[in-house]
Amino acid sequence: MDISRRTFIKASVAGAGGLSTLGFDLRPAYAAVRQLKIQNAKEYRTVCPYCAVGCGTIAYVHGSGGLNTTNTVIHIEGDPDNPINGGTLCPKGASQMQLAVSPRLQKTPKFRDAGATEWRDVSWDFAMEWFARRFKESRDATFTDRDDEGRVVNRCDGIAWLGSATVANEDAYLITKTMRAMGLGYIDHQARI
Amino acid sequence: MASLAATFGRGAMTNHWKDIKNADVVLVMGANPAENHPCGFKWALEARDTRGAKLVTIDPRFTRTSAVADRHLQIRPGSDIAILGGFIRYILINDLQHDDYVKAHTNASFIVSEEYGFSDGLFVGFDEAANRYDKTAWEYERGDDGYVRRDLTLQHPRCVFQVLKQHYDRYTPDVAAGITGCSQDDFLAMAEIICSTGRADRVGTIMYAVGWTMHTVGCQIIRTAAIMQLLLGNIGRPGGGINALRGHANVQGATDHAIVAGILPGYLKVPTPSQQSLEEHFSDSTPKPLVPDAVNYWGNYAKFYVSLMKSWFGEHADSENGFAYDYLAKPDGDATWLTIWDEAYQGRLEGFIALGFNPILAGPDVPRLFEAMAKLKWKVVIDPFMLDSAEFWKAPGQDPESIQTEVLYLPSSHWIERDGSFTNSGRWAQWKEQAVDPPIGVRSDTWILSELFWRVKELYQADENPVYNDPIQHLTWNYLNPREPTLVELAKEINGHDLDSGKLLSSFGELRDDGTTSSGNWLYCGSFTESGNKMARRGTADPTNLGMHHEWAYSWPLNRRVLYNRASADADGHPWDEQRAGISWTGREWIGDVPDYGPTTPPRATGAFIMNEEGVARLFSNHLNDGPLSEHYEPVESPTENILHNNVPVNPVIHWYDGVRDTLASAENGDDFPYACTVYRVVEREHFVTSNVPYLVETMPDFFVEIPEGLAEEKGIPNGSRVRVWSKRGTVAGTAIVTKRIKPLLVNGRTVWTVGIPIHWGFVGLTQGSMANLLTPFIGDANTRCPEFKSFLVNLERA
Repeated sequence: MDISRRTFIKASVAGAGGLSTLGFDLRPAYAAVRQLKIQNAKEYRTVCPYCAVGCGTIAYVHGSGGLNTTNTVIHIEGDPDNPINGGTLCPKGASQMQLAVSPRLQKTPKFRDAGATEWRDVSWDFAMEWFARRFKESRDATFTDRDDEGRVVNRCDGIAWLGSATVANEDAYLITKTMRAMGLGYIDHQARI
Repeated sequence: MASLAATFGRGAMTNHWKDIKNADVVLVMGANPAENHPCGFKWALEARDTRGAKLVTIDPRFTRTSAVADRHLQIRPGSDIAILGGFIRYILINDLQHDDYVKAHTNASFIVSEEYGFSDGLFVGFDEAANRYDKTAWEYERGDDGYVRRDLTLQHPRCVFQVLKQHYDRYTPDVAAGITGCSQDDFLAMAEIICSTGRADRVGTIMYAVGWTMHTVGCQIIRTAAIMQLLLGNIGRPGGGINALRGHANVQGATDHAIVAGILPGYLKVPTPSQQSLEEHFSDSTPKPLVPDAVNYWGNYAKFYVSLMKSWFGEHADSENGFAYDYLAKPDGDATWLTIWDEAYQGRLEGFIALGFNPILAGPDVPRLFEAMAKLKWKVVIDPFMLDSAEFWKAPGQDPESIQTEVLYLPSSHWIERDGSFTNSGRWAQWKEQAVDPPIGVRSDTWILSELFWRVKELYQADENPVYNDPIQHLTWNYLNPREPTLVELAKEINGHDLDSGKLLSSFGELRDDGTTSSGNWLYCGSFTESGNKMARRGTADPTNLGMHHEWAYSWPLNRRVLYNRASADADGHPWDEQRAGISWTGREWIGDVPDYGPTTPPRATGAFIMNEEGVARLFSNHLNDGPLSEHYEPVESPTENILHNNVPVNPVIHWYDGVRDTLASAENGDDFPYACTVYRVVEREHFVTSNVPYLVETMPDFFVEIPEGLAEEKGIPNGSRVRVWSKRGTVAGTAIVTKRIKPLLVNGRTVWTVGIPIHWGFVGLTQGSMANLLTPFIGDANTRCPEFKSFLVNLERA
């Protein structure tokens, strides 16, 4: 006889006969068949963030999407429909849940004063105001409108932008658009190395 | 990538991941995809298992890829051109090239200038004082009609085919074996497999990665392989190609969109100071056809450039002001990675912004980078995780109080908290859905960038005597929420619009140079059209059965899956192999993959390589700085002499930054660094970010040094003991892994040992370990200035 785990539990509980010698009723135990934890999750089709194979993945998210709720990724696995990986993932891809949800992900801007030995937490407003002021100061201090030969060059040589090969195309485009408009020439990313 | 563009016209992987299953021979060299691209590598295994393809590896180590290969050949780090040059000679002397392909699709028949020559390690035109070549003698000879002279019999002594034959004739099995350290028998056995595809019914592919690019001759290594693949007729064909395996999820896309020194989106060129007008920029950037039947697609340069400027500056870019020509900065000379670090090191750089990037670990010569970083006025690091680069001031051995650099760290959202597209190595732009919102307190890259832009713009508005800032004030920003544009809005801007009708364009063929169209990146024009976001498509149909999947995502250009696919067919448009047809001519139209021109353009009307002004692929190319053909030069730190020309031991036109010569091992100074060393990755880790992932840190916790058995014995280093390794620049220490995977090599008559070091550790992860780049030299390729991470010298002892 082929006994599955479920019928085995049913059989043994039935054998115990209602209110058992244990002193409590086991009947509810076989009524609650365990569900997959992703059963009520919403599926999102995404792409592995590691190498450039571009494996398709499915992120399973719990939460109603309501205003006062927080949605949570509960599981990520390979997307079987994706022709590149056909659902498979490597050790890195298979453990990307620990990258998506991690206590090591930072949540506060931090600032380190000149000569300081530790960080201090700062607000986004402080952070962006400081960033913009420093950016403008250095741009002003190092801007060349005409070079030694009198040629129009309109460039800022005092600031460099690095990265990134990990952002989406659309952000990559916005980085280039903004930084070229600012006059930067020192722009590079991981492709160089 | 510079190298592929110099040969074929486009700097990208020619084929795509799934296409590798169509190969008869898969050469993996300068890469280790079983570890670093496992799910893409399975298509190589598929080729082996279903087609009986031969899978072979050439590497300084016996890698996990080698472990499943049919054959492995160990070579010394940095000797790749010697072995590949040997294969070229093997093809030519044994007449193994695919003759019809070579005649139809390469510049083999082109006549080279009478002035051209190569002798004693130098190509003609070397200017020692300027440290560069004058390339005028690397041109073709022109006929009376102004076009290049050709000899289709390939017999003319100065035709490319004969020049090639002569150049590589020196790469005999004896020379190849001597330089690389392999045996002649092993060389010949490998040559026999790799050079077996020069036939219509056989195709071979190459998988390579940074094991090729990270050398002072990186571009020329790839050129050598590209020449070999052209001779064998393997480019443009399903199952063929030369496939660059990229390391990060969107290296290809971030390069296409030009977060890169010297280029604008779609590989347009950043104007230079000598181009003082738009006309001068166009004239320098728009090639002229060299033969009558060349499509010369870069002839459309002005359309792409003007459309980009319309995307960026809208109404402020018009024909009156050269489409805002003065708005674009004209940088002076090189602006790449090493130069940026050198500017910082020389104290000329004030601010440094790293987004999604951990530069201090990326190297090279980390001790020098620490010094450089401490000279910055300010630094901003933007990343979901805390990075070593943000905490460089409190790294072990640093004195924070003496470092005056102000540092800001901004926590940004990551891939799953944002939609947008990633373009994989095979040029497939795949749209990803946003799964969740970023946690409270975390902002997207788009928000941070927009906020910076607006705040700087407002500061300039408030400045009574502002520095030139017209481009900032006039930058288009037509987004519903200007403080955080959506990525769909940006994707549409990238695709581009017809500015009269306001409609999204469907192809870059519609772009115009009169200011009536916009496109943020012409290569992606067609990716997001009036019919929707093609990058988000999920159709799995594969009618060709070759794995092209035209309805899945979007592949630039114009959803073409195999670049240069015209070369998959003969001069009359018949596929070389009916079973693996890229495109075929029915007599009325092309069917199969998306062709490079109109579907009814007859086969003999145009050349297969539309981006090249030759119309064909370049066996001989004057597009690189260090030679029209490749040549073996030793790494700047080498354990041996250059037996081909020891008066020119290393690449003669690499750039030497001030003071760098003193940081290199030199026998003349009595330095004692007898061992070759190379660096690499392991499957459990990806660069540095995985140092935050507990499962992966647990499976690969500690830094180690891979030492060959015989050397370990000689130095008294037992497996598992602690070992110290040092170069002229720095020292690392870790567990010794004594291995059979690296054998001693007999190089030019002397035994050379190679040591291997993984790159994944720093001082901020869940576990800490030595930074591999403490050891690597501050010197780069003659074209790209990609650093020579892969080959340098060390010494070692038991710690």
